[in-house]
Amino acid sequence: MNQISQNEMSGMKLLFVDDEKGFVDTLIRRLERRKIDARAVYSGNDAITFLADNKGMDLVILDVKMPGMDGIETLKEIKKQFPLTEVIMLTGHATVGSAIDGMKLGAFDYLTKPCDLEQLLEKSSAAVVRKWNQEEKIQEARIQEICGRRV
Amino acid sequence: MDNTLEDRKNFYHILARKMRILILAVSLIPLMLTAGILSYRFHLVYVEKVRAHASELVQKHTQNIDAFLFEKLGNIRYLARGYKDFGPDRSRAFLTENLAALKDEYGDVFTDLGLVDENGVQFAYAGPFRLENADYSDAKWFVASREKPDYISDVFAGLRGHPHFIIAVKTGPGRSDPILRATINFAAFNSLVGNIRLGRTGLAFIVNREGELQTHARDGISETILRDMAGSARTDAQGRSFYADTRDSDGTSYLYVSSTFNHIDWRMVFFQALGDALADQRRAQVLTLVFFSLGCIAILSVALILPRKIVNLIESADRKNQAMNKQVVESGKLASIGELAAGIAHEINNPVAIMVEEAGWMGDLLEDEDPDPGNIREEFRRSINQIGIQGQRCKDITHKLLSFARKTEVPVADLQVNEAIEEIVALTAQMAKYSNVSMETDLGPDLPYIRISPAELQQIILNLVNNAIDAMGKAGGTIRIETRAGTPEGVVIVFSDNGPGIPEGNLGRIFDPFFTTKSVGKGTGLGLSICYGIIRKMGGSIEVQSRMGQGTRFEIMLPVHLDECLPPEELTVKQENINESNKPKRDERDEIIVCG
Repeated sequence: MNQISQNEMSGMKLLFVDDEKGFVDTLIRRLERRKIDARAVYSGNDAITFLADNKGMDLVILDVKMPGMDGIETLKEIKKQFPLTEVIMLTGHATVGSAIDGMKLGAFDYLTKPCDLEQLLEKSSAAVVRKWNQEEKIQEARIQEICGRRV
Repeated sequence: MDNTLEDRKNFYHILARKMRILILAVSLIPLMLTAGILSYRFHLVYVEKVRAHASELVQKHTQNIDAFLFEKLGNIRYLARGYKDFGPDRSRAFLTENLAALKDEYGDVFTDLGLVDENGVQFAYAGPFRLENADYSDAKWFVASREKPDYISDVFAGLRGHPHFIIAVKTGPGRSDPILRATINFAAFNSLVGNIRLGRTGLAFIVNREGELQTHARDGISETILRDMAGSARTDAQGRSFYADTRDSDGTSYLYVSSTFNHIDWRMVFFQALGDALADQRRAQVLTLVFFSLGCIAILSVALILPRKIVNLIESADRKNQAMNKQVVESGKLASIGELAAGIAHEINNPVAIMVEEAGWMGDLLEDEDPDPGNIREEFRRSINQIGIQGQRCKDITHKLLSFARKTEVPVADLQVNEAIEEIVALTAQMAKYSNVSMETDLGPDLPYIRISPAELQQIILNLVNNAIDAMGKAGGTIRIETRAGTPEGVVIVFSDNGPGIPEGNLGRIFDPFFTTKSVGKGTGLGLSICYGIIRKMGGSIEVQSRMGQGTRFEIMLPVHLDECLPPEELTVKQENINESNKPKRDERDEIIVCG
């Protein structure tokens, strides 16, 4: 299930974390126009709070360089608290190294600014598919566990 | 630049000269002192040895001659005691018999024997001459021998006209007792003294109490000269022997040794020209002088050639060092600017990303048929406005960069330190923000203008800001930059942060080239070393204080008058800008800028 249909794409829930409000707001406007559920917060701390309040977010697109809690620290916290949530690092060229460090810490992929929307959607859908697959496997394992117990 | 080259040439010239003087001083002075002292000590010892030798020789011969005279006197005394008033015939036989016995014993030492009555008439005689009845009543020896039991005369020509001397012994205690007289062969006696030979000029002779010669001179030396010498010999000798250095009328120095006899009032005198006595020493001195001169020539050659070669090597090493320093400064500059550029690129990326998204959004709007054209127009206006705002943001960043870059083109200028600090703070504000670092400045008013390369001033401040941001890491903190007028006339920049501080063990090394605590690839270790080099070159100073967990404080003092401190390559630029150095000081108010 590598490809994702337009229908399924509209079912995924994305969270953008970036201190550049102008950038992230316009991007969300464009995604909403494509029927994608995308939200934005402007700091790492807000992202953790938002994820705690809104269960079921599929993917976090996380800027590496942010004042306060930076992208790497936020990633660590997300992976700790919401291990199934996929993360894509968003970075300027100067911090590609940090984005790669992020992948070592469990990020799915990284994107460089300014990013192409098609590329963003492609990587996002791939990440979301992986998340859904994992959830499916967990679900099946639970069902088997329950069935096994009944038998 | 000509002046600079001339200065450097002078420096190397002076260096070579100093080395030359040093080599000569440390080589020649000890050599001369050693040679001088050794030569002087050797001379003293040698003269002492020559004197001791001459003295010993003279004493030995004096004893020999004394023994000779004592023995001959003893012989005659013995004969005198054996003589009885034999009458003329028996007396003659007595003398002849004993003379033969003496000749058997001593060879030709005794020439003749005679008996002289109280009137001075020789009444008996044995010997080769016809001297019977010879009258000695007026002879000096006869007069003297009448008063004493025995007597040895001076050497005299006598009746025969041959030099000889007499030993006279009275045959009895009475005044009328005859006197036994023996003539001693002068040649035999003279050979005792003539054998004393030393060198070319060493000669010995015997003089009586009046200083008259009692022996012949050696071959080739006239008696006149000997008499002159005897005349000049000292007559106040009291001991067995003594010596002195005397000088004759020609100015020639002589070694002079004299010794007195026990059995006769004569003196043995020995003379030798000092030059002759010390000939061996002179030869040794000449040889030493030759080696000393060769040594001096070798030292002079080394002193002439070696410093020139060493200075050439130093000059070449200096040239390489200068080129390397330039490269190090250049690479340090590139490293600090590279760090700045990374921050700036990120800063530009953000507005560019916004513009790209706005353009995408406008494209999206054009693709779809929106039922509300008014809404689309409104969105377009908003997007265009946003693109304009972000474009302006990019322009501000590039302007700051351009202003920064332009200053690197000016070699030396009169600068306000505050302006440079404000520029760097503005440029690094974004970078600081992402590192959670706030920057505060407290810039003093009425600061004097500093003559400095703007690029180098930027480099100093930028390096310190970059270091502080790196040191504080993700924890962030505050960087505070203060300026004030300093004493002596100059500007003091205090650069402090409340970061983790520098461990005490590293404090002494932070200005060393290539010393870094950053991970591999993150720092070159040149930043502070270059700052230190630039500040020292300007005649300024940089001090660091740090306490672990509390922060670090750098205090930089930049003097106003840099004439003596400017690097040689910038001296000419300084001369060109000399008219601008009296610019009025600009008033500034205290200001605090907080970024973050």
